[in-house]
Amino acid sequence: MTQPILNVRGLVKRFGGLLATDHVDLTVQPGEIHALIGPNGAGKTTLISQLMGELKPNEGTVELAGQSLDALPTAQRVGLGLARTFQITCLLPDYTVIDNVALAVQVRQGHSFRFWKNVRADHSLRDEASTLLTGTGLEPRANELVANLSHGEQKQLELTIALATQPRLLLLDEPMAGLGHVESQQMIETLRGLKNQVSMLLVEHDMDAVFALADRISVLVYGRVIASGSVDEIRQNPEVRTAYLGEGDELC
Amino acid sequence: MNSETSFKRPALLAAVLIVLIALPTIADATGYSALTSLATRILIYGIAAASLNLVLGYGGLVSFGHAAFFGIGGYVVGILYQHYSLEEPLFGFIPGTNQMLITLPAAILISGLAAAAIGALSLRTGGVQFIMITLAFAQMLFFLFVSLKTYGGDDGLIIRRTNELPGLNMRDKHTVYYVCLVITAAFFALLWRIVNSRFGNVLVGLRQSEKRMAAIGLPAYRYRLMAFIISGMGCGLAGALMANFLRFASPDMMHWTKSGELMVMVILGGVGTLFGPLIGAAVFIVLETTLASWTENWQLALGFILLFVVLYTHGGVQALVLRLAHRPENRNRFSESTMRRFKVLERPLRVRKDARRSNGKR
Ligand SMILES: Nc1ncnc2c1ncn2[C@@H]1O[C@H](COP(=O)(O)OP(=O)(O)OP(=O)(O)O)[C@@H](O)[C@H]1O
Ligand SMILES: [Mg+2]
Repeated sequence: MTQPILNVRGLVKRFGGLLATDHVDLTVQPGEIHALIGPNGAGKTTLISQLMGELKPNEGTVELAGQSLDALPTAQRVGLGLARTFQITCLLPDYTVIDNVALAVQVRQGHSFRFWKNVRADHSLRDEASTLLTGTGLEPRANELVANLSHGEQKQLELTIALATQPRLLLLDEPMAGLGHVESQQMIETLRGLKNQVSMLLVEHDMDAVFALADRISVLVYGRVIASGSVDEIRQNPEVRTAYLGEGDELC
Repeated sequence: MNSETSFKRPALLAAVLIVLIALPTIADATGYSALTSLATRILIYGIAAASLNLVLGYGGLVSFGHAAFFGIGGYVVGILYQHYSLEEPLFGFIPGTNQMLITLPAAILISGLAAAAIGALSLRTGGVQFIMITLAFAQMLFFLFVSLKTYGGDDGLIIRRTNELPGLNMRDKHTVYYVCLVITAAFFALLWRIVNSRFGNVLVGLRQSEKRMAAIGLPAYRYRLMAFIISGMGCGLAGALMANFLRFASPDMMHWTKSGELMVMVILGGVGTLFGPLIGAAVFIVLETTLASWTENWQLALGFILLFVVLYTHGGVQALVLRLAHRPENRNRFSESTMRRFKVLERPLRVRKDARRSNGKR
């Protein structure tokens, strides 16, 4: 078996008495889209935050392509190829779309202790940012302030910024949440197109999207992984059906 | 897109510069020769306020201790002058000097080192804690210099002559003004480059969202520390100029009310704008001078004006002028992004009002 790109072992996170992450084991294989589903409050976002180093787990280890991340701050994890999108979008509102993307390119290029050259006239940044925006719905909106973007556009921008860091593993926290049907379909297509470039851990409530994209699915309930397997295995799993999927094909 | 548009209006900038160059002549011709001194003070405070604005406006870090660096800059000039005039080296081996070409770089260096030390500790905290810890460090330095009897203690240090510059007569008020003008122009040109550079870009990014910046891989601390150091150096430069201008350095330069005044200038002029703090310094000093000649309770009046600026101009005098000049493209920009900045500032403002009150009693 190949070495997993992400390997999580025995991860525990407590918020006071609440066990938000309960001894989670999870792997993502290279090139795979691994979906993580679970009801509201299951601890999906909390898990992603721990993988990024934004939250410190109480126990457990996280490895990226065999390298332990446990002692590393978020910035270094990003440097090693980890990137996330936020469920509740987290962008730079006073900057334009292209500024946001170019800044991610800038940080990826190395240190920012450069005090002289005008950053907005820096072609090595602007050109790459433009390229990243090409073909996305944001292309005609490149010079719009982020504060003026629609929700769907912000979700798209979250993804574009994450890609600008050139990740090996993308952690996507509900990229379709709040999107209309057309926008969701576009997002699914975009993610499908990325499949060969980058591995993904996809947290998503939209089961159509999950079934359309995922190679494997893990189900998180009350912080615990209650099932993990192929799409069909999860579909058939009775425990999952009662705990999460509900009866019939009713989506959450 | 930030508000660094000021340099993009070269005509306006050139006009202002011409007025500033002609100012001493105009002042003398019209009989208001005190205007030159007033303008010198404005330029110097403009440098200090713009330095503070780098961390406060661009970086979103509310430092309440920047007078410390202003005072350090002043004391470097004062102490070097004392050792020069007494002809005894500092610590037994550093000779004193009255040469501005040495004292200004020394002031910048020492205040930069102090900012590195204070910043390294304070920046480990955030929010209100950061405000309090920067204030605490400044007050510690204040009391340190009050207790330093060798250097005048409470009374401060008198510098008998303004530092010398080769080929210039520094006893002439006009010359001192022009020296300050050249330094101010150079300082703002440099600051303009910095805020528009890659460094400025991450700094403004951190103000908008630290979480986002971490998620794209930016280690925040080192950039904030660098901003804090640059800002401290700028205040040190201003303090050194002030000591030269007043021929006096005293602990009052680093009193917390001075930190508050710098903050008021930034807010008056426009938080996070390049020239806002300079405009704010002008408004503050002109108000201070005129109000003080009308009433003893000038601080109260100033407080009301400040309240008005914060509540109604949405971004300081600079924004107000732009809005009155009716530029619709500016209107939106200021109301949204600047209001966000003020959210950071609500707290220190409340503190500031108390400062005014106790300052009045002092
Ligand atoms: N910082 C925190 N302090 C205390 N409790 C928290 C904190 N963050 C999350 N929780 C709790 O941990 C649990 C898991 O939250 P989390 O946001 O990870 O769920 P989620 O699976 O992402 O849910 P959703 O589908 O609604 O996004 C919830 O009960 C939440 O209230
Ligand atoms: Mg969540």
